[in-house]
Amino acid sequence: MSVAAAFFYLFAFVLVGSAFMVISSRNPVQSVLFLILAFVNAAGLFLLIGAEFLGLILVVVYVGAVAVLFLFVVMMLDVDFVELRQGFLQYLPVGVLVGLVFLAELVLVVGAWATGPGISAAVSAGAVAGHVSEVGNVQAIAKVLYTDYIYFFQAAGFVLLVAMIGAIVLTLRHKVNVKRQNISAQVARTPEAAIKVVKVRPGQGL
Amino acid sequence: MSWQDTLIQVLIIIGQSLALLVALLIFIAYILLADRKIWAAVQMRRGPNVVGPFGLFQSFADLLKFVLKEPTIPAGSNKVLFLLAPLVTCVLALAAWAVVPIADGWVIADINVGVLYIFAISSLGVYGIIMGGWASNSKYPFLASLRSAAQMVSYEVSIGFVIITVLMCAGSLNLSDIVEAQNGRFGLLNWYFLPLLPMFVIFFVSALAETNRPPFDLVEAESELVAGFMTEYGSTPYLLFMLGEYVAIVTMCAMGTILFLGGWLSPLPFAPFTWVPGVVWFVLKLCFMFFLFAMAKAIVPRYRYDQLMRLGWKVFLPISLVAVVVVASVLHFTGTAPQ
Repeated sequence: MSVAAAFFYLFAFVLVGSAFMVISSRNPVQSVLFLILAFVNAAGLFLLIGAEFLGLILVVVYVGAVAVLFLFVVMMLDVDFVELRQGFLQYLPVGVLVGLVFLAELVLVVGAWATGPGISAAVSAGAVAGHVSEVGNVQAIAKVLYTDYIYFFQAAGFVLLVAMIGAIVLTLRHKVNVKRQNISAQVARTPEAAIKVVKVRPGQGL
Repeated sequence: MSWQDTLIQVLIIIGQSLALLVALLIFIAYILLADRKIWAAVQMRRGPNVVGPFGLFQSFADLLKFVLKEPTIPAGSNKVLFLLAPLVTCVLALAAWAVVPIADGWVIADINVGVLYIFAISSLGVYGIIMGGWASNSKYPFLASLRSAAQMVSYEVSIGFVIITVLMCAGSLNLSDIVEAQNGRFGLLNWYFLPLLPMFVIFFVSALAETNRPPFDLVEAESELVAGFMTEYGSTPYLLFMLGEYVAIVTMCAMGTILFLGGWLSPLPFAPFTWVPGVVWFVLKLCFMFFLFAMAKAIVPRYRYDQLMRLGWKVFLPISLVAVVVVASVLHFTGTAPQ
C-alpha cells in the first residue's frame, strides 16, 4: 500500500467518523467542532488528489469563517438539546422519507454526470491533470472560471450580494436614544471651534 | 523509488523541520525578551535584568517556571477541549513555518499555494482561543473568546484583500516567487512596500489585530476581562498559549517581510551587501517588523470594541476592496501585469 493510499484511508475514516459524531454527540458545541474536523479532513482529501487550491479554499472559507460563525452562534444559544430530542421518534418517518428522496436525487444527478466542453478541453491541454506543477491549480481553475463560466460565476456573486444586502437590511436598525461616536465630526473639529481662551483678571471672575 | 530512498527523504525532512523548529523557538525566546525590553525602555524602566547578563536568559527561566508548576484544570470544565485548545494554538502557529522561505531555496515545503496555506493556518488560529474560552466554563474567558472570534474573522477579510493586491503584482501564490518578483536593479525601491504603501499600512494594522496584539488586545483586556480566554490557564497550557501567540506574531512579521520587504533580498543590490547571506537579511527585516509591533504595543492606547469593528469593516475593508480594483486596472492598462 502506497503512502498516498494510507493517507487516503486515514482522512476518509476520520472524515466519516467525525461526520457521524456531528449528528450523534450530545453537546452542540462538540458537534460543531467535529464538523470542523470533518472539513479539515475533506481538505486533506482534496490535497491528495492534487487539488491544493480547492483544499485550502475549503479551509479558509468553511473552517476559517463559516464554522467560526457557526460556533459563535451555537455557543451563544442556550438551547436544551435533550428536550429537543424527545420528539425524535415522532418525526423519524418524515426524516427518513426526506433522506430517501434526497438520496434518490443524488443518485440521479451523479448518474447523469457529464463534464462540460471547456473542462475536457482544459484536461486535454494538460492544464488540470498531469502537469500540475507546470500550470498550477490556480491558473487551471481561473482559465475555466473566467472564460467559459464567467456568467455563472458572476451570477453566483450577485446571489451572494443580494443575500448580504438582505442580511444588512434585516438587522440594521437605528435606535433614537443611543449616543454614537461620529468620528468624522470629531476629526473635523478645529482648536478654534473647540476651545475659547479667556484672559481672566485676578479677583474679577468672568 | 525504493523504500530506502523514501526513508532517507523522510528523515531529511524530519531533520530540517527539527532544525527550523529549534532555531525558531530560540528566536522566539529572544523576541519575547526584546518585546519586554522595548516596552520597558519606552516607559524608562530596565525590564528583565536579573537572570543572566542583561537578563538574556529570562525567557528560559520563565520556561522552567511554567513547566515545573502544577497545571490546574477547573472543575466543570470540558477537560479534553481545555487541554486541546493550547495545543491547537501552538501546533497551528508552528505549522505555518513549513512554507516560509527564510533564504533562497531554504524552505521545507515549496508549495505552489504557499500564501493561501499561511492564510488558512492563521485563520485556524482562532479555534484555540474559542475552544479555550468555552471549555474553561467561566464567564470572562467565554466573553473574551466571543470577542476574539468576531475580531479575528473581521480582520482576516482585509488581510485577504491586501494579499490579493500583492499576488496580482507578483503573479504567483508561491512565496519564493513573490520574493523573486521583487528582485530588481533598484534594491529596496523595487520592493512592494513602496508601490503598495497604503496596503502595507493596512496589512500591518490588520496583522496587529489578527494576532491580538495591542492596541487590539481586547481578547485579553486585563482591565475588563481579567486575562481574557487565558484566565483559567496556568503552567504548561498557559505557556503553550503564550508560545503560540508569539509564533503567530513572528509568522505575521515573516509574511510582511516576504510580501512587502523583499524577503531574503539585499536592500542595496551591489557587492558588499550581496555577499551577506539571504537568511541574515531575512532575520533583520523580521526583527524590524517586530520592532514596529513592539513599539505599537508600547505607544498606542487600547481601542474600544466598537472602534475596532468600525476600523475593520468600515475603513479597511472598503479601502482594500477599492485597492484590489485599482491595482488590477493599473496593471492591466499599463501592461505591467505579470504573464
